Amino acid sequence: MDAVAVGSLYALIALGYTMVYGILKFINFAHSDIFVLGAWISFAAASATGWAAASNHPIGPAPWVWWVVILLSAAAVIATGVEFASASRAGRKFDIRYTRSAGVLTLMSVWAWAAIAMLFGAKVAHDHEGLHLLSGGLILLCAMLTCGLVSFTLERVAYKPLRKAPRLNVLITAIGVSLLLQNAGQLEHMFGTRPTRMPALLPDRVLASIGGGGAANTPSVEVHLVDVIGAGTALVLMLALDWLVFRTKMGRAMRAVSYNEKVAALMGIPVDRIISFTFVLGAMLAAAAGFLYAMKYPGLNQSAAPVWVLLGLKAFVAAVVGGIGNVRGAMLGGLLIGLIEFFGAKYLSTDFRDVYVFGLLIVVLLVRPSGILGKAVADKV
Amino acid sequence: MTKLFEQARLLKPAAPATMLRAVWPLFAVIALAVVLQAVLKPWLETVSGGDFYAKVLLDIGINIILAVSLTIVNGFTGQFSIGHAAFMAVGGYTAAGIVYYGSMYFYGDAAPHAGALSTMIQDHHSGAIFTRGDGLYVISLIAGGIVAAICGLVVGLPSLRLRGDYLAIVTLGFGEILRVLIQQSADVSYDAAEIRAAPIVGLGQLFSQPRAEWQAPLWARLGGPLGFSGLPFYTSLFWVFIIVGITLLVAFRLKNSTFGRAFLSIREDETASEAMGVNTTRYKVWAFVIAAFFAGVAGALFAHTTGVQLSAQELGFQKSFDIIIMVVLGGMGSISGAAIAAAVVTILPELLRDPTRLVGWQPQIIGITLLAAAIAAVLRYKGRSAAFLWSIAFGGAGLCVLTWLGYGIVKLADATGHPLDIKLGDYRMIIFALSLILMMILRPQGLLGVREVWDKALWAKRAKQGGKP
Repeated sequence: MDAVAVGSLYALIALGYTMVYGILKFINFAHSDIFVLGAWISFAAASATGWAAASNHPIGPAPWVWWVVILLSAAAVIATGVEFASASRAGRKFDIRYTRSAGVLTLMSVWAWAAIAMLFGAKVAHDHEGLHLLSGGLILLCAMLTCGLVSFTLERVAYKPLRKAPRLNVLITAIGVSLLLQNAGQLEHMFGTRPTRMPALLPDRVLASIGGGGAANTPSVEVHLVDVIGAGTALVLMLALDWLVFRTKMGRAMRAVSYNEKVAALMGIPVDRIISFTFVLGAMLAAAAGFLYAMKYPGLNQSAAPVWVLLGLKAFVAAVVGGIGNVRGAMLGGLLIGLIEFFGAKYLSTDFRDVYVFGLLIVVLLVRPSGILGKAVADKV
Repeated sequence: MTKLFEQARLLKPAAPATMLRAVWPLFAVIALAVVLQAVLKPWLETVSGGDFYAKVLLDIGINIILAVSLTIVNGFTGQFSIGHAAFMAVGGYTAAGIVYYGSMYFYGDAAPHAGALSTMIQDHHSGAIFTRGDGLYVISLIAGGIVAAICGLVVGLPSLRLRGDYLAIVTLGFGEILRVLIQQSADVSYDAAEIRAAPIVGLGQLFSQPRAEWQAPLWARLGGPLGFSGLPFYTSLFWVFIIVGITLLVAFRLKNSTFGRAFLSIREDETASEAMGVNTTRYKVWAFVIAAFFAGVAGALFAHTTGVQLSAQELGFQKSFDIIIMVVLGGMGSISGAAIAAAVVTILPELLRDPTRLVGWQPQIIGITLLAAAIAAVLRYKGRSAAFLWSIAFGGAGLCVLTWLGYGIVKLADATGHPLDIKLGDYRMIIFALSLILMMILRPQGLLGVREVWDKALWAKRAKQGGKP
């Protein structure tokens, strides 16, 4: 059961890697840090709404968050005013979607206020007895929104200027962004360097025990409620993503950009917007994975701990094993990696669990370099 | 016909001349290393009152070896390997095992028994120039390199059929597997008698003895997750800079040889070079093996440095990323660029570690900035380009402004009676990450691009405005 729960989390993170790779053809090394950020933001949100018992955080967001959000909103208002003025002076019709900065800034500030509204909703729900599950859900949404916003900003600031640069440069930038997120997370004003314990936001009890006892005295397989909720949430999110990618107009645009960026642009698809959307989508899934991971393993390490990086790498391996650039492959790969890791740890040896994962990676790459569900791409001369 | 033959032979220089031309850089390197060890190190110690500067210089040397060796794979051949630190770990652990257990065998303890050439700390000086311990150390350097090269061959042969990102992922995977394997090794034994009794290879006992009596052989006693501690410190400026020199020589000779041109052709277009008859896999594996050899030697040097606890955790993919950062900052394929970037990347975090030291270094930084800006301005005036000098000047100026801004804010806060409770040291990695991102956006080709410092094309006349680059 652990295997399925963790495997579905791997799949959630792997989706972010695979979507970005599918469109931009680069490995977003900062993605695992978004996952960590998701876990830590859900911790911060939980303590801000009064969940953590011995929390030294004040109730509500940290003061600097207010400053950032207020400044963002002010910038949005000013930019909208300027754009409106210039549009009316030039006699154009004002449409905020086609402005250079006003639209983006307005979107960002509305987004940030929505995250804060979620936080207060979660606080209200926390204070009422029967609504605790709702509070947990709102904290999850808050973490997803915040991570989406962070990822959006990072994409616009760090990656967008490098659209035409060699891929290695983008990769180094991703490593730089990753370093930035890791070390910014360690600051005292953010999350600090001490590991903390995540409060249990989701109810947990043993639902059922399968097997066990008997002559060999094997321990029974326990099905925990938190695993079921976690895997269930992950599954719902994945189904939603699958619907989004394969059944909606946005998804068709994403697939078109991934297939051929230039032609997609010629067909009138707003490529930049699609890329930003992809980043935000991946970050939101990673944040959800972070939240669920923190529910399952409540000990939160500091943001630069090697454990986190290794988790992100395994998720990346899942994306590659499933066929990078392939959304359904990433889901399959995540589950496969989870199963292999936990069954290997259980029946062979716990010490070598990382070896199984990377061994699987190497075997898959040598036998079928494009992954299980990936298509082989021939070089054009 | 014979006349043509004679003429052709005249064109070929005589053996002594060739030998001299081939060998003099080596002697120059050795002389330089001796000077560093005998003159510069004592001077640095008197200047700083400790071995801090010498230690930084040592780290710079090791990083130069790593960056230049990775340039052979990433820069020359255009392959993308992100598991370079794994080869460093292989070399480091091999050398550590040889020196530690060899030293136990010869001397009965693992304290350094170093001669004058390999002392970093004064009180370990035993009087001789070259001791048996030094010999062991040199052997361990070579062995570390060879074992790492063999590992490179084993990793490279299957995986270099892959291209681009997939190769990167496989190298990463191999590195991680290696790290886990090293972390599962048995603890180091500190008891000389026990070490002498332990089997060296120890495969025979797997068959001849019951499982409970198996003893971990020496090659498997590498410290486990806590790392290999108690290693003697042999690495000195002399050894490091000899290896730096050899690495640079090999890299330059390689770049201009037939072999190197095959590497470059693979970088430019793999499909085309294969069509021209270059056996791409073979050359890629060669590049990989050569790079792994030098990474192994660098790991061996690193293992015997003062203040280093050799651990597989530390030589994980983050170390690999550090090396890649150096290569890309220097410019892919530029040896001198990689070396300069290695020095900068080593010094910068050290400078940022302690802001007061940064303030103390202001004259030097301002000096370098002004010098670079002045040379660049003169060249600009003469109509030549020196973009990389501008970026050095720009970076230096940025550093100065940042320092004074931070200093001013702290002083202002003190003056207004609300002292800031900010430890600037906490922000050093953030500043480092930001400068990395900025560098990639502002100067994506790295400091020197594919050129070397002395390439004429780097200093060539600027292209006319509006002309195609």
